[in-house]
Amino acid sequence: MSTARIATTSDLGVLATVRRGVQISPQIVDGLWLTLALAVLGAAGRVVVPMTVQRTIDDGILAAGGPDGGRVLLLTGLAAAAVVLAGACTAMVNVRLFRATEAGLAALRVRAFRHVHDLSTLAQGTELRGSLVSRVTNDVDTVSLFVQWGGITLIVSTLQVAVATALMLVYSPLLTAVVWVSFVPVFLLLRFGQRLVNRAYTRVRTRVGAMLAAVSEAVVGAETLRAYGAQARTGRRIDAAVEDTRAAQGRAMVAVASVFSTGTLMATAVLGVVVVVGAHLGMAGDLTAGELVAFLFCVQLFTGPVQQATEILNELQNAVAGWRRVLAVVDTPVDVVDPGGQPGGHGTTSPRGPARVRLRGVRYAYPDGPEVLHGVDLDIPARTKVAVVGRTGSGKTTIAKLVARLMDPTAGQVLLDDVDLRDLTAASLRERVVLVPQEGFLFDGTVAQNVAYGLRGEDAPASLAGPLPDRVRAHVEEAVASLGLTDWVADLPAGLDTPVGQRGEALSAGERQLVALARAHLAAGDLLVLDEATSAVDPATEVRMARALDSLTAGRSTVTIAHRLSTAEASDLVVVVDDGHVVEVGPHDALVDAGGVYARMHASWVAQTR
Amino acid sequence: MTAPRGGDVAPGGAQGAGHGVTLTGSRLRRSATLVGRGLRAEPRLSALAVAASALFGAATVAVSRAVGWATDAVVVPAIAGDPAAREEIWTAGLVLLAVALTLALSVAGRRIWAAYTTAGIQAQHRRAVTRQYLRLPMSWHREHPAGQLLSNAGADVEAATGVFNPLPYALGVLVMIVVAAGMLVATDPWLALAALVVIPAAVAANVVFQRHMSPAATRAQQLRAEVADVAHESFEAATLVKSLGTADREVGRFAERADALRAANVRVGTVRALFDPVIELLPNLGTLLVLGVGAWRASTGAVDTGDVVTAAYLLTVMAVPVRAFGWVLGDLPRALVGYDRIARVLDARGQVRPGDRPLPRGPRGAAVRLAGVGVDVGGSPGGMAGTPPTTVLDDVTLDVPAGATVAVVGTTGSGKSTLVSLLARLSDPTRGTVLLDGVDLRDAAPGEIPAQVALVAQHTFVFSDTVRANVTLDDDVSPETDARVWEALAAARVDDVVRALPGGLDAHLGERGANLSGGQRQRLAIARALVRRPRLLVLDDATSAVDPRVEREILGAVSAAGGDVGHDARSTTVVMVAYRMSSVALADVVVHLESGRVADVGTHAELLARDAGYRELATAYERETARRRREAADEAAVDACGAGGDGAVPAGAAAPDDEEANR
Ligand SMILES: Nc1ncnc2c1ncn2[C@@H]1O[C@H](COP(=O)(O)OP(=O)(O)O)[C@@H](O)[C@H]1O
Ligand SMILES: Nc1ncnc2c1ncn2[C@@H]1O[C@H](COP(=O)(O)OP(=O)(O)O)[C@@H](O)[C@H]1O
Ligand SMILES: [Mg+2]
Repeated sequence: MSTARIATTSDLGVLATVRRGVQISPQIVDGLWLTLALAVLGAAGRVVVPMTVQRTIDDGILAAGGPDGGRVLLLTGLAAAAVVLAGACTAMVNVRLFRATEAGLAALRVRAFRHVHDLSTLAQGTELRGSLVSRVTNDVDTVSLFVQWGGITLIVSTLQVAVATALMLVYSPLLTAVVWVSFVPVFLLLRFGQRLVNRAYTRVRTRVGAMLAAVSEAVVGAETLRAYGAQARTGRRIDAAVEDTRAAQGRAMVAVASVFSTGTLMATAVLGVVVVVGAHLGMAGDLTAGELVAFLFCVQLFTGPVQQATEILNELQNAVAGWRRVLAVVDTPVDVVDPGGQPGGHGTTSPRGPARVRLRGVRYAYPDGPEVLHGVDLDIPARTKVAVVGRTGSGKTTIAKLVARLMDPTAGQVLLDDVDLRDLTAASLRERVVLVPQEGFLFDGTVAQNVAYGLRGEDAPASLAGPLPDRVRAHVEEAVASLGLTDWVADLPAGLDTPVGQRGEALSAGERQLVALARAHLAAGDLLVLDEATSAVDPATEVRMARALDSLTAGRSTVTIAHRLSTAEASDLVVVVDDGHVVEVGPHDALVDAGGVYARMHASWVAQTR
Repeated sequence: MTAPRGGDVAPGGAQGAGHGVTLTGSRLRRSATLVGRGLRAEPRLSALAVAASALFGAATVAVSRAVGWATDAVVVPAIAGDPAAREEIWTAGLVLLAVALTLALSVAGRRIWAAYTTAGIQAQHRRAVTRQYLRLPMSWHREHPAGQLLSNAGADVEAATGVFNPLPYALGVLVMIVVAAGMLVATDPWLALAALVVIPAAVAANVVFQRHMSPAATRAQQLRAEVADVAHESFEAATLVKSLGTADREVGRFAERADALRAANVRVGTVRALFDPVIELLPNLGTLLVLGVGAWRASTGAVDTGDVVTAAYLLTVMAVPVRAFGWVLGDLPRALVGYDRIARVLDARGQVRPGDRPLPRGPRGAAVRLAGVGVDVGGSPGGMAGTPPTTVLDDVTLDVPAGATVAVVGTTGSGKSTLVSLLARLSDPTRGTVLLDGVDLRDAAPGEIPAQVALVAQHTFVFSDTVRANVTLDDDVSPETDARVWEALAAARVDDVVRALPGGLDAHLGERGANLSGGQRQRLAIARALVRRPRLLVLDDATSAVDPRVEREILGAVSAAGGDVGHDARSTTVVMVAYRMSSVALADVVVHLESGRVADVGTHAELLARDAGYRELATAYERETARRRREAADEAAVDACGAGGDGAVPAGAAAPDDEEANR
């Protein structure tokens, strides 16, 4: 089974993108018909003034017998009223569009965000974090710009073109045909140009994502960069990404401007064509001078919206480029499927209680990599403390991740109480199996807020921002006390309310692990998988914590991966992994007596601790 | 939140006090400065864009003039039968074609150059902002969430520069306003007055607009950054979120911010939605006003009817620049907000101010001396109300002779990482000095410290790049470099892993080293340090996943002359934070740190004998093993007596039912 990759962009066509986009954010087209009607009224206002000016000048100011003040006043008064009304309509259209699109795009953001979390950690890893963030921020903003200003105008422009064509037909069908034929090359060129523009904008979006990824690395890796004085190189890399973005933007605008100015050229040149052809028609007696003048006026009503449409189609390409990148996230197939995810799913739920885990012939290969687990069979009985030991790179973490179903085995099965993890709903699995990864991530908040994050079920706090409810705080205090961390907390500057900083960086690495453990303890799973969860904690504290955990997890199974074999000594069962195979399984004493791999490891461990 | 670590703040930073980038003064003044700086940043491109735009203005007028001329002077007489006019028909067509071409070219030029101007200014901002990210000290980074910083370089730069797209257009067609206004005044002052009423009205509308827009735009931009921040943090926490099954909670958190952003955007949109039609309306109303006034003036005989027609036409000409200015004014509040957010980064103070002294070089390891070193963290920077700073290190005085290997031991949170990070000058001490071969690190010239000191941190940051680049952190690719890289990889015992990767040194490592196991990452980091042949190697608990035997070999490799020559001949001084006694045993001297103070210094044996706290740490596992043995023995004894046990759970034999009974 291959892992899903988050594509740089989706390969949907323009219309398909818009259709899919609207399907995901139906709010965008909420009340569209009324908005459209208002837009038509607003657009009509644009025609009122040139028309009125003509009428006023002809009938009022140039009226036979001198300017007709009353008539002028009447006409301009009416026109002013119409223009104000049209302006009001336009304002309403804008407000309605803003509301609808922002609602739709907020939904799109959330949908894409959720989907990122639905993907397996491996699939998440196929895209750089900074770039992923740009999908739910900048890329969505691009769509928002277009939908607000472009969408409606495109429709109204089309309407205007139709009205102008009808008017032109009244004066001269032949000249109308001439006008349309003159525009045929433009339309053809437009089709080709749009593809160009589309590609150019897609490149811009991709480059912006790559640039943000480079920036993200400089920000998150700030300490490493300083420790090795590697700022200059990262600076060069960012500069290159910035320059790539700039170049892509420039090239996109050259494409856009070429397409647009071709439209402008034709829109103006067609006036020359009409003058020449119209004059000849007039001379042949097929057209009066007055009709030709009126026709010329209509041509301008025609070319205006055509140009506007070109412009909007260009902008559409930009929006589509952004939209596609968001849709690429939403449409990435979920590779570790939650059978309870879809409505009407067939997932099994597993009752709470002591958990037994079995691995049956489990093989695993990371995407595009060699196999790293070669058929692992393992039985972890309920209420057992298991220690997994082995050299670095032997596959211990991979086993832990498979047990927590961060990924599925390429062959074989992982069973929790005789149910294949793939048949278990994610909710049920997560409730029962809790993994504590080595680098415990902490959120930017207080110690208490981070511990409270582990609470689930009805006690889970709705929001971790701000002070915690008393009930939640009591849980946190209880967890801290039962793990013997009260003294440590008391030594912190503000106790439980000490801020931990971004990613917990205001705590020492060991302290972060203590918080992560307290959090996992509160999560109260039936099976706790600890992947070197105390690797940065000092021996005295580690021993104390291990003892506390032991007494607390009497009904629980734990799988502990550790380099320090004190954990193995204290476990019920030791599993030795070597090069993707489980080579030894048994109680500590038995394995030591057997004199195998583990016995040697243990002897060397004893030697290093004395 | 956390305040800068006191010592490393160099007031003034790069810009010097009071000469920051931040805009000051009235909104008008700030806007003018913003626009001026932008145009000055890309003088050639923006001048070209403005010129093209002026040409566009002229061409727009020329088009109507040409159409007017073609109808009045050519087409109408030609249809009426004038032979001279008939001759002119093709000329008229060609003239129209020529103005069309001019118009099209000017449009293309204006847009392309305007876009290049904007993109150029954006690139400059981005370079400046990211330079700061690379320059500012860790204390600053700790205070600023990654998502916010991404937003500064992304959305904020875009906001700050959006105005430069319509700006050249507006400036170029400004000519149209001037010419049209001049012609109007020449025609008739009353007509001119009626027409020019549009301008103060537009200004008034804009004042109202700005007043509403500024707070709305500020909020939207802030929320944009917060949305980015939640996303960034949450994606980083992805594994945790998955293992606790808290995706719903994360979605809730994100949705809440996204919804706030939605509301803020709607607010911005509503203000604009009302402003834009007003700006579009004004020239139209102006035209109607001119017609009304014109009719009155014509009826009194003050003006020609032809003048009224001209005036009405001139107003339609003026509508173009007025609308263009509307766009500019509409974009300005957002631009100011974006610019202010960028300026805050550019004006951030507290660069670690480099000195100008070179560090001595030599074949031997560096001698390190810490004198009365103290570090305070937290507390409010300005000494305003808030929490007082916490002392993390206090009065640390320590001498590490050249070539020595020193182990730093202490409980979790005792200040070990803080201490060793001072040696690589990741931050400066609040009190006291850190000397390397007698040179205060604060006086060391840029690049000197990384050239001689290598720190391997507790957590390895891996760049999304090739193995080679991750080791050298350099662009250099030569056979000699590769040889050095392989040597370092071999010394750190990851060469086999790298050789197995497709591409070897060219293999691409995933972001944060996702495709390596934790121990492999740690060794990569060690290789990264070794390849530099540092004179001072600082290991912050960086060998926890490495075999003791391998660890010994690594340390042997860095000290070329080997241990038995005596430490003063070794080429590398090593300061290592370690928990393992086997590691500690490799050290010449052990420093025991307790709550940020040096509790004792001596050899392992000496400390074991006289320092109770140290003994507690050093023998923790031993004592735990013994305790467990004792318990197991007791248990066995009790079991042997046949009594049900209320003792501890027996180790080794998993007896679930017994355990159940125990509870
Ligand atoms: N995301 C990944 N992509 C590709 N290979 C990986 C990935 N994670 C781990 N590996 C490889 O799988 C092997 C086993 O890794 P792991 O289970 O993390 O080892 P351990 O936990 O025993 O140190 C290693 O050789 C490592 O390089
Ligand atoms: N940036 C910071 N802001 C506030 N407190 C900090 C910061 N960095 C470290 N600390 C605190 O200083 C103490 C020492 O941390 P550290 O040196 O990392 O300890 P360790 O001995 O485990 O390496 C800890 O209590 C930690 O909470
Ligand atoms: Mg530390």
